Amino acid sequence: MNGMVQTLVRPTRRALLAAAAAVALFASGPAHAADPIKIGFSMALSGGLAANGKAALLAMQMWQEKVNAAGGLLGRQVQLVHYDDQSNPNTVPGIYTKLIDVDKVDLLVSPYGTNLMAPAMPIVMQKGFTYMGLFGVGVNDQFNYDRYFQIMPMGPKSAETIPDAFFAVAKTLNPAPKSVAIVGADAEFGKVNADSARKIAKAMGLKIVYDRSYPPSTVDFAPIVRAVQASQPDLVFLASYPTDTVGITRSIHEIGLKTRLIGGGPVGLQFAAIKTQLGPLINNMLGYELYVPAPTVKFPGIEEFVAAYQAKAVGQGVDPLGLYVPPFIYAAMEVMGQAVTKTGSLDQKALAKTLHDNTFSTVVGDVKFAPNGEWEKPRVLMVQYRNITGNGLDQFRKPDPYVILYPPQFKTGDVKEPFQSK
Amino acid sequence: MGVTTDLFINAIIAGILLGGFYAAVTIGISISFGILDIVNIAHPAFVILGSYIAYLLNVSLGIDPILASVVALPAFFALGMAVYQLYYSSFEKFGQEALRGLAFFFGLLFITEVVLILAFGVDYRYVHTPYIDTTLHFGFVDIPLRMLVPCVVALLLVVGLIIYLGRTFTGRAIMAVAQDQHALKFVSADPIKIKRIAFGISIATASIAGALLIVIQPVEPSVGREYIGRVFAICVLGGMQSLPGTLIGAMLLGIMESLTATFYGPSWAPAVAFGFLLLTLAFRPQGLFGR
Repeated sequence: MNGMVQTLVRPTRRALLAAAAAVALFASGPAHAADPIKIGFSMALSGGLAANGKAALLAMQMWQEKVNAAGGLLGRQVQLVHYDDQSNPNTVPGIYTKLIDVDKVDLLVSPYGTNLMAPAMPIVMQKGFTYMGLFGVGVNDQFNYDRYFQIMPMGPKSAETIPDAFFAVAKTLNPAPKSVAIVGADAEFGKVNADSARKIAKAMGLKIVYDRSYPPSTVDFAPIVRAVQASQPDLVFLASYPTDTVGITRSIHEIGLKTRLIGGGPVGLQFAAIKTQLGPLINNMLGYELYVPAPTVKFPGIEEFVAAYQAKAVGQGVDPLGLYVPPFIYAAMEVMGQAVTKTGSLDQKALAKTLHDNTFSTVVGDVKFAPNGEWEKPRVLMVQYRNITGNGLDQFRKPDPYVILYPPQFKTGDVKEPFQSK
Repeated sequence: MGVTTDLFINAIIAGILLGGFYAAVTIGISISFGILDIVNIAHPAFVILGSYIAYLLNVSLGIDPILASVVALPAFFALGMAVYQLYYSSFEKFGQEALRGLAFFFGLLFITEVVLILAFGVDYRYVHTPYIDTTLHFGFVDIPLRMLVPCVVALLLVVGLIIYLGRTFTGRAIMAVAQDQHALKFVSADPIKIKRIAFGISIATASIAGALLIVIQPVEPSVGREYIGRVFAICVLGGMQSLPGTLIGAMLLGIMESLTATFYGPSWAPAVAFGFLLLTLAFRPQGLFGR
């Protein structure tokens, strides 16, 4: 019996050994100098976040082309290894496990957006990778991972940055405003910003006359805007998602809302599709932007980058302006590249130290990280839209429609009130 | 006139306008799910397809989006017939429509989405028509044409379908298929053919509903998923097979959402609407107008 088992097992074991040897031969050889440096990430190329995900990928590919044309990093070419996460957080842990264990990537970049970034964190931390985050808010608050970095310039207290900027502008109004209405979407961005707005409004001694959130599937915003109108607020703080921003803005003009200042955190106004759709309806509204073609924010290389992006974006179905996401994604890659060169190796611990200790010069200006991996100082611009006529795209490539009100070092004009609906 | 009365009347009007749009999106489900017993969970994806076709014709030829959707009706009808034929020969024929059929329509939902992404990209799309930016004012009542036009078109669509299903031979045969498929053979009508036509009509309504949606708000490929819960709820509330029930159910849901959003906060709107659905089902399991 024993002999029979042995004869049965022997060839199997031999085959296994041979297979193992073969795998070892192919997989475990030392990295050849000519092997490319692999940068791995998942990206939302379908689903709800795909509009930004595709634009982000395009910016990353532009950086890759430029770096490779200049000889690569550490004398090696750069290769992007990426998979579509379908904007679905459930796919992210599997993709990052595969990137690390199967694809053996050398560097990791995050997916696009807070909800997609967080699920990869436990795996990234377990493997000790340095993690460059793309457009997430407060992801590291729970993890406190010292190798986490974030390119979105929200600053160390990311939840408060947008409301802070809006109310800083409101403080300059004369006479001082007395009341505020807060309207936020029932989702992470809306909730976080509405919470902070409430806190800041209370600290300023403003009376909160309307404070409601709405579900993400809302189609008609007329009832909400009417209820806001009935409460007669001096200020209206909005934290809405793109389709809602369109619905709210249209309802504001359909109903004829009267208030002194409106806006703050309407997501969507950053993108060409929403800008051109609403056109003059957003005149005098306040929106947050990360970069606009204004004379005070001419960072070295930004105009060339935006022009190159806009040329490539034609026909790709991505945002044709590319003022919001692409420059910062490109900057994230620039930071990674500069950190690798400065470190002189791909050692993750040394890379994180380089990222913490240095200031990096990028197309979006100088980047210095705080201990929690966010930008040391927030760099969100509170912009008032003005002089928009018609729905043409080209006017948004010029400085005219944007007046930067905050922060003071980038200011291009004073706030104009009241907000006049059509 | 007090502020509250003013708000109340405006909320009712906004609810009716919203309800009209909901009816247009749901009427296709009432035919496929209510009458034919086909759980077409991909219907909202066809609605988005309708939005994109309206967008395409609006941008390239400058045709009004709603007119464009009427032009596209035959194509949607044919698409619906083809989908039903595939569904019938793969699942229904073998009595496997319940679970596998559901999976089939889920698959169809994703395929439609991905095709739209490949064809149009992922950016938001919208249309230009003169009436989108126009609002009628009657005293304290504001009626935006952006909501009124879709509501009127939806009413015409629903009334047209009610007349068609009640007065024509094919229409009556469609209603008969819902009751007894085999009995239909005695009047020498082919039940499969009738069902194919009915499903074609249900998908054709998605063309119009899609145009109405893109008039109301910008559209991107995955936005249809947000409507799945609501449209099935309206269909059940109205009483499955009843098209007038769908219209009234949609209006009731719209008015309730609008009133709740005005007076108690918009985040309660879905809870109140679905709470009403649960109450209705508790007291009238067949729905408001079900038999």
